[in-house]
Amino acid sequence: MGKLIGEAVRRVEDRRFITGKATYTDDIKLPGMTYAYIVRSPYAHARIQQIDTSRAQAAPGVIAVFTGEDVKDVNGLPCGWQVNFRNGDTMKEPKHPLLVADKVRHVGDNVAMIVAESREQAKDAAELLDIEYEVLDAVTDPAKAIEEGAPLVHEDVPRNICFDWEIGDKAKTDKAFADADHVVSLEFRNQRLVPNAIEPRSAIGVYDAARDKYTLYTSSQNPHLIRLLLCAFVLGIPEHKVRVVSPDVGGGFGSKIFHYAEEALVTWAARQVGRPIKWTAERSESFVTDAHGRDHVTRAEMAFDKKGKIVGLRVSTVANMGAYLSTFAPAIPTYLHGTLLQGVYDTPAIYCEITAVFTHTTPVDAYRGAGRPEATYLLERLVDTGARELGMDPAEIRRINFIPPFDGVKQPGYQTQVALQYDSGNYEATLNRALEIIGYHQLRHEQEEARKQGRYLGIGFSTYIEACGIAPSAVVGALGARAGLYESSVVRVQPTGKVTVYTGSHAHGQGHETTFAQIVADTLGVPLEDVEVVHGDTEAVPFGMGTYGSRSLAVGGSALRKGLDKVIEKGTKIAAHLLEAAEEDLEFADGEWTVKGTDKKITFGEVALAAYVPHNFPEGMEPGLEFSTFYDPANFTFPFGTHIAVVEVDPETGKVTLKRYVAVDDVGTVINPLIVDGQVHGGIAQGIGQALLEEAVYDENGELLASSFLEYAIPRADDLVSFEVDRTVTPCPHNPLGVKGAGETGTIASTAAVVNAVIDALAPLGIKDLQMPLTPQRVWQAIQQVQAS
Amino acid sequence: MYPAPFEYHRARSVDEALSLLSQYGEAAKLIAGGHSLLPMMKLRLATPAHVIDIRTIQGLQYIEDRGDYIAIGAGTPHAMIEQSELLRAKMPLLSQAAAVIGDPQIRNMGTIGGSLAHADPAADYPAAVLAAEAQLVATGESGERVIPVEEFFVDLFQTDLDEREILTEIRVPAISENTRCAYRKFPHPASRFAVVGCAAVVTMENNRCSDVRIAFTGVASTAFRDTGVEDALKAQPLTSQSIEKAAALAAENDELEIMEDHFATEDYRRHLAKVFARRTLNQIASAF
Repeated sequence: MGKLIGEAVRRVEDRRFITGKATYTDDIKLPGMTYAYIVRSPYAHARIQQIDTSRAQAAPGVIAVFTGEDVKDVNGLPCGWQVNFRNGDTMKEPKHPLLVADKVRHVGDNVAMIVAESREQAKDAAELLDIEYEVLDAVTDPAKAIEEGAPLVHEDVPRNICFDWEIGDKAKTDKAFADADHVVSLEFRNQRLVPNAIEPRSAIGVYDAARDKYTLYTSSQNPHLIRLLLCAFVLGIPEHKVRVVSPDVGGGFGSKIFHYAEEALVTWAARQVGRPIKWTAERSESFVTDAHGRDHVTRAEMAFDKKGKIVGLRVSTVANMGAYLSTFAPAIPTYLHGTLLQGVYDTPAIYCEITAVFTHTTPVDAYRGAGRPEATYLLERLVDTGARELGMDPAEIRRINFIPPFDGVKQPGYQTQVALQYDSGNYEATLNRALEIIGYHQLRHEQEEARKQGRYLGIGFSTYIEACGIAPSAVVGALGARAGLYESSVVRVQPTGKVTVYTGSHAHGQGHETTFAQIVADTLGVPLEDVEVVHGDTEAVPFGMGTYGSRSLAVGGSALRKGLDKVIEKGTKIAAHLLEAAEEDLEFADGEWTVKGTDKKITFGEVALAAYVPHNFPEGMEPGLEFSTFYDPANFTFPFGTHIAVVEVDPETGKVTLKRYVAVDDVGTVINPLIVDGQVHGGIAQGIGQALLEEAVYDENGELLASSFLEYAIPRADDLVSFEVDRTVTPCPHNPLGVKGAGETGTIASTAAVVNAVIDALAPLGIKDLQMPLTPQRVWQAIQQVQAS
Repeated sequence: MYPAPFEYHRARSVDEALSLLSQYGEAAKLIAGGHSLLPMMKLRLATPAHVIDIRTIQGLQYIEDRGDYIAIGAGTPHAMIEQSELLRAKMPLLSQAAAVIGDPQIRNMGTIGGSLAHADPAADYPAAVLAAEAQLVATGESGERVIPVEEFFVDLFQTDLDEREILTEIRVPAISENTRCAYRKFPHPASRFAVVGCAAVVTMENNRCSDVRIAFTGVASTAFRDTGVEDALKAQPLTSQSIEKAAALAAENDELEIMEDHFATEDYRRHLAKVFARRTLNQIASAF
């Protein structure tokens, strides 16, 4: 017992994960199981002229073959966030069919589903499905997609524009630029990434005819959201007739937030076939069907005065939506990107415009950080570029531009130029700590010495802010969300004093079963092993919104904490009755109620027993000790921090080697530092992946070139260094735990830090800009170019 | 992930494998460690109807000193080659190349024979065996045939092996006391195959290079010996100047079909070949 909040408790879930005993969707075996294989388009854009299913139907083991014709009366996949055009028109939202009947619009688009007795038979039969395609011209580059005459992804969407959108004060910003002493600008692509969760997506559809009831097992980050979209929008089945279970899920990084066609198809077809149907993606399918991330083409400018104060920011981005709108796609470049452009700087004028476009590519949606890495990248690149051009130290230019500290209690929150109000922040403190850890002055000295020896050492900064736990529901509704963004909990105290808690958030690597149990054990004063955390089953947990956007602890943890408070409140009444004392004379600590100033006490277990065996109970009180809570936060939370990367570049090969990496994050109150460190480490690695290695490249025909781990490089241990991680603590003022969120900070910060470091390394050669990922060839070519000119 | 249907045969001897090969002809593929064939089968890029497993054949895993040369059984996994005291002492080039193949799991499963017979243009061994002037022993129904390594690599994924032959042994000459060798590679960040791999063997007599063998992998459609670099160093002292001059000639043979992909253009690959020729030769120079 004792205080558990803040303790580095080892993850209780790891026993089953590291012993191979976890139950992922694909591990579930049901009697009579059949297997689905999805036949996918090999073309980016083609008209389906004819599908002859006869040979596939006759193949060994085949039970059914479904094509677009079979589902033409079924609704398409819905989009969960509406963004309007600047002129007020609603965004273009073409149907995203479960199986395509007319035209395929990206490599991997769903054309048919074959159900067979085994996976192998289903896949073998797929080769016998005769499909005639008329191949059409494709467009994959979002900047080209809006040009007149570009191939149209949807005939009724002119120039492929899904919507255009703006935020900030254009006139004020233009004036700030006109009056500025110095303007820096960058044009770049924040390249497309493949999420690559370790567990491929998987779904099992079950229909119980006797009870007229469906079950969908799916590797999802949010089972209730999937149930809502599946029932209310796609299949039109009453929600109480559908159970959605997300068992152990092996990572998501955002890609398992969204509702995918396969989930609806196996559920729908399970009834047609009369047997359970399992579908599991092969890795090569994951590459072309899991929603991708990023893919912004951006022009960004920052205006400074003579002293290096930022006076304006102007951003114009074309955001690639892919071929269809994925569940939250419209929100990413807008409300999770445009609204973050204040960063940690006191910039007085900001304007951002976004054009969202369709292309013949895999849909793009939230990927770890989702909009915030794109915002941080452009801000941090611009600030560093400004420092270089103005001859200032990159640490100092940040220092003079930081928003001054505010705790959100004594000082009010900070109202940005782009709608959001920050909760609390002390940005300079993280910079100071990071400079101290890295030994900044000494490091600059080493850099100078290295340069004298012809070695290219670089130091890169990223001082970032992120927005977690987006809320409250009324605000996000006004911004176009078609869902609420609260979270739920049920705290069920068992008669013996053991505690089972049910959360609407969902763990797929984050360690909720440990962190949430720590909150329960710490609050109720019960041993950690007396707490069970349940999530992921719509028939077990209350309606919840799942896990993404670093929301679990800030929103779900707070819902839990509020439920625990109700338990203590009722427990106090029961204890007062049993101790024959006044409630106000009791104090609750370490799992016991004590009458102040006496040795009269009663344990939590005794109160729990009394609640369920209410022989001697307060008059009129309901028996039991169980509470259901819904928590809708007052605001987002805003973690922040300073990351510093040190790299060395081999100018002959262009290879970048990381030498050191320091991260000082402020994620508010920390429940479990071990888990936070793990999240930060993984996040940093993923952001470095974008900086140096990863890129989902399409060729001109719309074929994904990096479509396997042979070509698509995700970072491995030997690409990285041992991260030096520290924290400051500025609690969130508006939630009961003071927590902010730690799932994405690393990814948001690290990409810009590394790119800034490489440019700093190569600055003596005259290099000012590099396009991501900084592959050896790109770096080498850039060096060749500056040396030739 | 799920290969096309195939029939699996476990051969207990080379003779049995040969008779299965003869029976199934083009429809058959040999498998040893599986690290070249299985990835292609999973993607259905290879769809052999019959897979003949030669991994468990007794007597294909060995590294033996035969006086004139060291004999390596074709079924010897990379890890054994990496760790072999015999090779490290007498022909360290192969151990150096084996040590940088893939990761430990791959090195425990993959075999030298499988890698060479697959003839991936970016695999590590081809450069090493070329620079080592190895001989490759192919066994067919009519007996053994010794193939000099310079005749072995025909084209992309093509070797001089007949489809009814099995590569059974690799013979590498031991190096003399005044010989040094090195293998360096620039790995692709995803596959860890060589974007450029450079193997070199240099023998010095009277402070001059009496024998220079330098071979590249990853650069062109097959691994190749670079005679331009070799000739420039012959009879020269091994200094940073002579190395610099010779290395600048790397990958300049007009007949080379230099590979190009998204990660590395032809120009960049050729440039890397020069850089790695220089670095490999400098490493050798510093070992004398």
